Amino acid sequence: MRELTYAEAIREAHAQLLDRDPRVFVIGQGLWSPWYAGSSLQGLEKQFGRDRVIDCPVSENATTGAAVGAALTGMRPIVFHPRMDFMLLAVDPIVNQAANWSYLFAGQASVPMVIRAVINRGGEQGAQHSQALQAFFMHVPGLKVVMPATPYDAKGLLIAAVEDGNPVMYIDDRWLYSRAGSVPEEMYTVPIGRGMVVREGADVTVVATSYMAALASQAGRTLASEGIDVELIDLRSIKPWDQDLVCTSVRKTGRLVVADGAWATGGVAGEVAATVGAEVFRDLKAPIVRVTLPDTPAPMSAALERAYYPTDETIAAAVRGVWSSAS
Amino acid sequence: MEPTALTRHGSGAGEGPAVALRSMYAMMLRIRLFEERVADLVEAGEIKTPCHLYIGQEAIAVGVCAALEPHDSVWGGHRSHGHYLAKGGDLRALMAEMYGKVTGCSRGRGGSMHLIAPSVGIFGTVPLVAATVPLAVGAGLASKLRGDHLVSVPFFGDGAVEEGHVHESLNLAAVYHLPVVFVCENNLYASHMHLLERRAQDNIFKIAEAHGLPGTVLDGNDLSAVHHAAVEAVARARAGGGPSLLECRTFRWRGHVGAAWDMDVGVKRRDELQDWLPKDPVARTRATVLRAGASEDDLDRIGRDLRAEIDDAVEFARRSPYPAAAEMQAHVFVSRPEVP
Repeated sequence: MRELTYAEAIREAHAQLLDRDPRVFVIGQGLWSPWYAGSSLQGLEKQFGRDRVIDCPVSENATTGAAVGAALTGMRPIVFHPRMDFMLLAVDPIVNQAANWSYLFAGQASVPMVIRAVINRGGEQGAQHSQALQAFFMHVPGLKVVMPATPYDAKGLLIAAVEDGNPVMYIDDRWLYSRAGSVPEEMYTVPIGRGMVVREGADVTVVATSYMAALASQAGRTLASEGIDVELIDLRSIKPWDQDLVCTSVRKTGRLVVADGAWATGGVAGEVAATVGAEVFRDLKAPIVRVTLPDTPAPMSAALERAYYPTDETIAAAVRGVWSSAS
Repeated sequence: MEPTALTRHGSGAGEGPAVALRSMYAMMLRIRLFEERVADLVEAGEIKTPCHLYIGQEAIAVGVCAALEPHDSVWGGHRSHGHYLAKGGDLRALMAEMYGKVTGCSRGRGGSMHLIAPSVGIFGTVPLVAATVPLAVGAGLASKLRGDHLVSVPFFGDGAVEEGHVHESLNLAAVYHLPVVFVCENNLYASHMHLLERRAQDNIFKIAEAHGLPGTVLDGNDLSAVHHAAVEAVARARAGGGPSLLECRTFRWRGHVGAAWDMDVGVKRRDELQDWLPKDPVARTRATVLRAGASEDDLDRIGRDLRAEIDDAVEFARRSPYPAAAEMQAHVFVSRPEVP
């Protein structure tokens, strides 16, 4: 099958959505500049016009609110935030408005919009250009949250998000943009709420999100050479998330490592661990271990960044620990 | 009483100006009497959802909504019973919503502060101050993208102007040239705080010019002034002339929330209220309608009919069922295929 990079897959999904449905438009900062979105939106404004691919004032709140209003009046907006950090200026329209609308009005109106949030970190950018805030949004009823890790899922989840009919936060990670993988040319969807077994194994289940799934894949290969057979699940959606798939796997292996590239406290990994602890307690053979960022803002200096971000080896070490502590 | 006649015939095209004026008076009275009944029911403890009453501001909702078409949208806030009724929302459904009943316009999910009536262009009023202003800009953006010439109107108070939402929205509407008429109902108070305790200058209408759109200040208790300004602003927006801002000066008679007149914590508004009561927009409009040739009997009959309709709505609300507890978790998401 044809290969695309993760960024190219995102771009192709946008182009096909814009081409198919006149209700779809994109609004956000940097849409006419490759600086902000990498190649993930390159040239779309030339292809579809600046009326539908709208670069905008530095107004996260109003542009996101405008997307909510457009969605309520029949459009299918994709609002683009080139950094998740900046998107915090739009929390009112996302959390108070979009996420509550269907419930408040008993389904008489809904907000079919996609909020695209980019995690863009590393490179000595420091604390306000580095944050991965998926747990904030996972907490909110009425929001769906997806985090594709592969080019295939990047395309399929974006199309699914636009078709969903609800507010969906689509979080992509710049560290994945240059990774290549098979991507069908036609439009397809990846179901929201379904994870995927990337690698089958019998010894330890590793559940990972986004870039951590890519690292976990490498860790799985390393561990296989050491005789530890990892079952790797790429969660893909974190709200709703695939509890059945994860619990079924842990019932088999009895051991779980959860890897999420954000802070530990109140995070995705803790949520997965709590659910598995409640559902699969009697099958657990070892304590559940989380691999996350420390509860510290992102440092700037490269020397500190190296200490801050987990690597494939961090995940491998966690798996070895769980394996050796097995009863 | 035909509320929808208002939304069909803004400035009275196709019917005489006297008929349009009478319709607007009837709608103002409809809001006044509805709100007075709600106030009584709040004091009686029968309605418990927090109610922010619109009494004293009726000319604004009515004058503006009478300038709109049915599919034009209006967007409101916590004090939006008047906007809902003026745009043609169903009165029984509004009353039932006050009671938290499943027959309410929001099916018992919203209460006073969250109202909806999509068929008449109300896609949701919500109480986060200024929150629906950017949403209204989005409706304007949708209108421009579709080319359907629908106009959107965000109603917001003077307090909302202190939120960044409003300034970002004014700029966005101006830079994209969107069909939005911003209506600021300046009733001089945000909760218990007077305008001049919150702003260095009393100059809300001037923020429009700074953002590149026309801004006008007018007497919000003068129905004709509001209506004519709205007709002009709406026509301009619909014709592709871009957004504008109307600052309508008015005064709410009751407290920020609830039925009391002047009992807001820390507020001594009694003297101010005495100045504003003679400027009663409903009484002024009644006088105008009489001068235009209507009879006292005719206008009294409107009042009697409205009271009967409101009595009926209260009975409807009282006997309607509550939402079933089993439905508590329903509608967090909609499930509907959206594939074109």
